Amino acid sequence: MTANQREDIPMTDSSLATLTVREALRDGMAEEMTRDETVFLMGEEVAEYNGAYKVSQGLLDQFGAKRVVDTPITEHGFAGLGVGAAFGNLRPIVEFMTFNFSMQAIDQIINSAAKTLYMSGGQMGCPIVFRGPNGAASRVGAQHSQCYASWYAHCPGLKVISPYSAGDAKALLKAAIRDPNPVVFLENELLYGRSFDDVSQDPDYVLPIGKALVRREGKDVTLTAFSIMVGKALEAADRLAEEGIEAEVIDLRTIRPLDVETIVESVMKTNRIVSIEESWPFAGIGSEMAALMMERAFDYLDAPVMRVTGADVPMPYAANLERLALPQVESIVEAAKAVCYRT
Amino acid sequence: MPKSLTQKEALKAYRDMLLIRRFEERASQLYGMGLIAGFCHLYIGQEAVVVGIQSVLKPQDTVITAYRDHGHMLACDMDPKGVMAELTGRSGGYSRGKGGSMHMFSREKNFFGGHGIVGAQIPIGTGLAFAHKYKEDKGICIASMGDGAANQGQVYESYNMAALWKLPVVYVIENNHYGMGTSVERSSAGPNYYGRGQGWGIPGEKVDGMILGEVREAAQRATDHARSGKGPYILEFDTYRYRGHSMSDPAKYRSKEEVEEVKIHRDPIDHFKTYMIETLKIKEAQIKAIDDEVKETVLEVAEFSKTSPEPDPSELYTDILKEEAPLQ
Repeated sequence: MTANQREDIPMTDSSLATLTVREALRDGMAEEMTRDETVFLMGEEVAEYNGAYKVSQGLLDQFGAKRVVDTPITEHGFAGLGVGAAFGNLRPIVEFMTFNFSMQAIDQIINSAAKTLYMSGGQMGCPIVFRGPNGAASRVGAQHSQCYASWYAHCPGLKVISPYSAGDAKALLKAAIRDPNPVVFLENELLYGRSFDDVSQDPDYVLPIGKALVRREGKDVTLTAFSIMVGKALEAADRLAEEGIEAEVIDLRTIRPLDVETIVESVMKTNRIVSIEESWPFAGIGSEMAALMMERAFDYLDAPVMRVTGADVPMPYAANLERLALPQVESIVEAAKAVCYRT
Repeated sequence: MPKSLTQKEALKAYRDMLLIRRFEERASQLYGMGLIAGFCHLYIGQEAVVVGIQSVLKPQDTVITAYRDHGHMLACDMDPKGVMAELTGRSGGYSRGKGGSMHMFSREKNFFGGHGIVGAQIPIGTGLAFAHKYKEDKGICIASMGDGAANQGQVYESYNMAALWKLPVVYVIENNHYGMGTSVERSSAGPNYYGRGQGWGIPGEKVDGMILGEVREAAQRATDHARSGKGPYILEFDTYRYRGHSMSDPAKYRSKEEVEEVKIHRDPIDHFKTYMIETLKIKEAQIKAIDDEVKETVLEVAEFSKTSPEPDPSELYTDILKEEAPLQ
């Protein structure tokens, strides 16, 4: 799969490797742990088991038990412990086996990690990364299939990243680890095994947080997506092209701070936008997109902003129902045609 | 009373306790005048606990507590002007007016808050201890909570990790007998908080928190244990808060007689004063000099907190994110 790396993103090393997202994330952590002694990884099954999804494969052997720490099943406790370690000038990477379990710990993420810099008049700071798979996997039911992008993106004091390609996953995770703020890093289980040919091998290469990427250029309609939905949006763009509609696909990459400029610039050209996410519609990323376009691009819109979202239901288990609950390529194509007033 | 307490140390401890009491009385007054708003939880009655613990700490040690935090900050030697000006919401406050009573910090004095979520400070304190061990700086963390917080699940998640990894942390339970308006008897099926680490092999003891010398001795045992690499320790202090839970609490859940009984017979400052005069043979004039100095200090503190300007409106949007360059 080609990642359409944009030319204006500086690359200091032109030799790009083809790796899975899983391998790229591992390499990103290993490079940052090599670079900075204060970086450590903690979470359930991250060390001896090599990660529930094998994202931390080999890290225990490479860095030892002091820096790759298996925790008990105690999300609230170890998230808070991570925050304290960050206050104590370490740089923790806290892995949630899935972000669904971060609900146990959301108080520490928001009340302690996100708000303390402000509450302390700028004294404290909390350089921590909370990472793990987010959103639906496959047939795991309602309690293991939720997307938390809009939940965390709601909160000032947090940065929220949700990459698509392996190269972005690595370069943005490295940026998150170096960032002096708390970062929520939303991965996707279904992407872990997917290979991309865009992975920089330069240990100094990081991507800026807060920059979207135009993955496909087009003049007729803008499609915004993040994480696994970028793949669906690109597929939809291929199908739309067959029908003579040139879709521009923007990979948001960072949800907060959102790269509104890149989106507005695109809408000024296409005059139409469809926001795609697998999360629920109410108060979702698409709702924010609609509001932002009203505020920032109203005069350029030739059609109402349209949202493609997950169904407004807890995720069902049955295969047919699960498929119906998640955005599919067809629903994206349909929405794009609707804003282009094509049937 | 520990023999180790010199006259000089005793005078400092007395001053520290008295400063907390007079500071809190003044805060109460400023609250009544409308200069302090919101939640304001006073520490009056519990002074011997923080002062006793702080007296055995080393400079690299870290301290964290919940929202009844003014006493902790003063015991950490934070500037009382900065604390009071935070209570009045002024730019001269420790958080430049953006935190308030429950949210103050001092990196310089290793005071890590000041947390408004009951019990949330305990995993954070455990993390500070994790950092001490990771950095091998020989420091320990004192993580304090009330009897109310001691029923939060995350406290026990912390006990488990601290014992598992032998983290240098002392968990302090300031048992003032009421979690807001609910007495220990009505909230805790097993009221022996000090024994709740048993399942993890964490030693604990219950100590009279109204007697400074006993607090100090117990704190020495606990910190020695944690510092020597043996892992966490639990100290439960039997103490009492004279005022309501916060300024808006008339404390109708307990009798006036109960409060008076403690004030008359167990007051930590009176008790220590008697000890200084009778056992340490400190002259009353020396004590009087401290009384006068503290009174004067608190007047200056109150004045500062009234005259320090409110934060500039531009402060609304600062300190949300740190934007410093990444470490090279």
